[in-house]
Amino acid sequence: MTLANPADAPRPASGLAATLRHAHYVISDNPVTGLAFGMFLILVVSALIGPFVVPYDPLASNTAMALSPPSTAHWFGTDQLGRDIFSRVIVATGLDMGIAICSVALVFAAGGIAGIASGFFGGWTDRIIGRISDTIMAFPLFVLAMGIVAALGNTVTNIVIATAIINFPLYVRVARSEAAIRRQAGFVQAARLTGNGEWRILLTQILPNIMPIMMVQMSLTMGYAILNAAGLSFIGLGVRPPTPEWGIMVAEGATYIISGEWWIALFPGLALMFAVFCFNLLGDGLRDIVDPQRRT
Amino acid sequence: MHGVIDPAIAGALAPAEAPHGPLLSVRDLTVEFSTRKGIVQAVKNVDLTVAKGETVGIVGESGSGKSVTSYTVMRILDRAGRIAEGSIVFSGLDLAYAPERQMRDLRGREMSMIFQNPRAALNPIRKVGHQIGDVLLHHLQAQPSNVKEKVIDILNQVRIARPEERYHAYPFELSGGMCQRIVIALALACRPQLMIADEPTTGLDVTTQKAVMDLVTELTRARGMSTILITHDLGLAATYCDTVMVMEKGRVVETAPAERIFRDPQHPYTRKLMRATPRPGITLRDLLPEGEAPAAPAEGAAVRAAEGAGTPLLKVENLVKEYPRQGAPVAMLAALFGKAPPKEDGIFRAVDGLSFEVKKGESVGLVGESGCGKSTTSTIVMRLIDASSGKITFDGADIGAIPAKEFAHHPIRKRIQMVFQDPTESLNPRYTASRAIADPLLRMAGMSGGAKLRAKVEELAAMVGLPGDLLDRFPHQLSGGQKARVGIARAIALNPDLVILDEPTAALDVSVQAVVLNLLEELKQTLGMSYLFVSHDLHVVKLLCDRVIVMRHGRMVEEGASDQVLEAPKDAYTRELIAAIPHPPV
Repeated sequence: MTLANPADAPRPASGLAATLRHAHYVISDNPVTGLAFGMFLILVVSALIGPFVVPYDPLASNTAMALSPPSTAHWFGTDQLGRDIFSRVIVATGLDMGIAICSVALVFAAGGIAGIASGFFGGWTDRIIGRISDTIMAFPLFVLAMGIVAALGNTVTNIVIATAIINFPLYVRVARSEAAIRRQAGFVQAARLTGNGEWRILLTQILPNIMPIMMVQMSLTMGYAILNAAGLSFIGLGVRPPTPEWGIMVAEGATYIISGEWWIALFPGLALMFAVFCFNLLGDGLRDIVDPQRRT
Repeated sequence: MHGVIDPAIAGALAPAEAPHGPLLSVRDLTVEFSTRKGIVQAVKNVDLTVAKGETVGIVGESGSGKSVTSYTVMRILDRAGRIAEGSIVFSGLDLAYAPERQMRDLRGREMSMIFQNPRAALNPIRKVGHQIGDVLLHHLQAQPSNVKEKVIDILNQVRIARPEERYHAYPFELSGGMCQRIVIALALACRPQLMIADEPTTGLDVTTQKAVMDLVTELTRARGMSTILITHDLGLAATYCDTVMVMEKGRVVETAPAERIFRDPQHPYTRKLMRATPRPGITLRDLLPEGEAPAAPAEGAAVRAAEGAGTPLLKVENLVKEYPRQGAPVAMLAALFGKAPPKEDGIFRAVDGLSFEVKKGESVGLVGESGCGKSTTSTIVMRLIDASSGKITFDGADIGAIPAKEFAHHPIRKRIQMVFQDPTESLNPRYTASRAIADPLLRMAGMSGGAKLRAKVEELAAMVGLPGDLLDRFPHQLSGGQKARVGIARAIALNPDLVILDEPTAALDVSVQAVVLNLLEELKQTLGMSYLFVSHDLHVVKLLCDRVIVMRHGRMVEEGASDQVLEAPKDAYTRELIAAIPHPPV
């Protein structure tokens, strides 16, 4: 951060301070973005610090207290084994977010690069990558994810991989169309003239320019990835009990809804909704922060 | 600042102008935009009067508020803008506070507008005949039973040949000039009293521009219509307007009859604009404001005499670039446009056997209208695409033989550089100015980051006159002229022998163009470079180039010393080109 020119107050300098100032502007400009970032902060805090501050051990059962409704001692009530649902919901944040972040990072790296290459090079590269993503799209995606986890083995890693694979075509398509627009742009031509090879142009000229839209895509698929992971756990694939995980907790609670113990399924379900909602709102705000055109 | 006046009261208070007064009278108009940095006044206290049958030109550079003024008259400002003060009286009606319902009725019927980009103004998926018909039907000027007849009549009036066929054409099937005629037809369909033309010919070729402007003048004269012509081109305003109003930074600096404003400009800004407009019989220095000394060459940059001046640097022989035609529909369209049928079926020759030479230290202009193959030629010489056949020799090396894909890593790459047409598009929006200038140094000069690189970038910035504190800005934070300077600094960073200038000033205001052209000339002197200047504007080319090549349909029609070609053109096409350029009567 250069401060050679402090008189020039809204100095369009690069650096962390400028980014933070810009982030502050975007958040205060749009209250929905502010709300989304607030929600995101809650998720991050409960994922990182939650396991150390929750009032009860999420795995400790206490049959004496089983199926007790929400109270001051147990805010979200207890489940059939007397485990504190509040503690379990908080602790589960880390696992669910972890799965979502890993799978989104994986699919961003694979699908994003494949899509840019497809749009930038065209020809055979485009055809092959296009057909691969068409093939994936041809399956009902959740069924495909089930198949992958069932075939590869019932582990968290495989949930991450399955979630990444089903999101692959979405990333390819977005990245491909954005890269194709910029393939003949003046600044790409200029980069060729200054001696950049094709792959370097792809990574240093094209990729940064499509980051804003990819950020939106990542944020949206984060929500989808969380739902997908929870869905797989709900039907008994992936994470296994007694690990606290939102999907399993909803699945376990579902059997008790008829007998009137609504809180077992409701609170993890709400947490799930909270997370998905948060990421969907976050997309727009992220784009505004990453996009240099918005900085003036 | 005045508060918002209740529209109803203001409407009642507005002086009811007698209908025999001027058609449009704008008084003391101030328009504000609310932006992130607070309220910005885009137009300040503007007065404008348009009499019946008069053509008024509003001239100014970008940001002068000329478009905002006209948008305000039409009441099509976007949501951030509002009228802070003033009145707009159009044949007795106060438009400033007229309800939207009334405006909707007036637009198209009483006043209409032609926009800059004709293709963008037309709905791409609707037949042009239907689009004109929609306007007629909407304003009850036609019945569904006779609408087609009326549309064809209008198409005839805007001189579209074979209107029965063109009625069914989609905008993409028509050329730019043709699209602009359709837009004019749309604007004139309901015989409005006032037409606002916002840069109607920007982006069109000069010969097309002349045809379109002549048509507009003739039609408006025949119907006794008033016209407001918004343009940055003084020559165009001088040729086609009765009264000219010059605007600068939201204010009117001068209003006068057209011939008087050119004969005897009063305001210094008007004089500056007039000087900056390229016209016959002047030199580059004449473009700069009076008394403004040309910037001295950057310190430390010793004048590098072009060693071996006169020996050929670039030699292009029999260059051909062929593209496959896209099947039958394209051939059919070509026939529709009346173009010559392709020599070989399915092949289109963008460049057809072109040969020329650029000597060391020489500037050669490559001139022609869109589609003449000049850009294809420069791209091939630049080695970004491969030619179909022909030989390109650069300083003795046959560079045509090196595939374009491998040329990025070839040592000759750094000796041929380019300044692009659109300074905005040619800069990566995510790179700061210094990063953009440093790119060739990092890639081809073997420099890595650090103080040395920064010093070199600052030296280059100083050479092109870019203030050092702008180096950390992103392109969208720079003005057009500053972006052009970044582009030039990037091109000269490696001390190239040949720089291809692809209409480097086409997207710039005339006063900025004047400065950039002078800068290019100075750099050429200092660094001993050769230029291949690609342009559609013969006057601009003449200022910078020693020799001119005029191209048409991929072939050379005329070549010679610039003065000679401009003053005594041998070829009929060159004469037509020169005659079509409007210029102020100096």
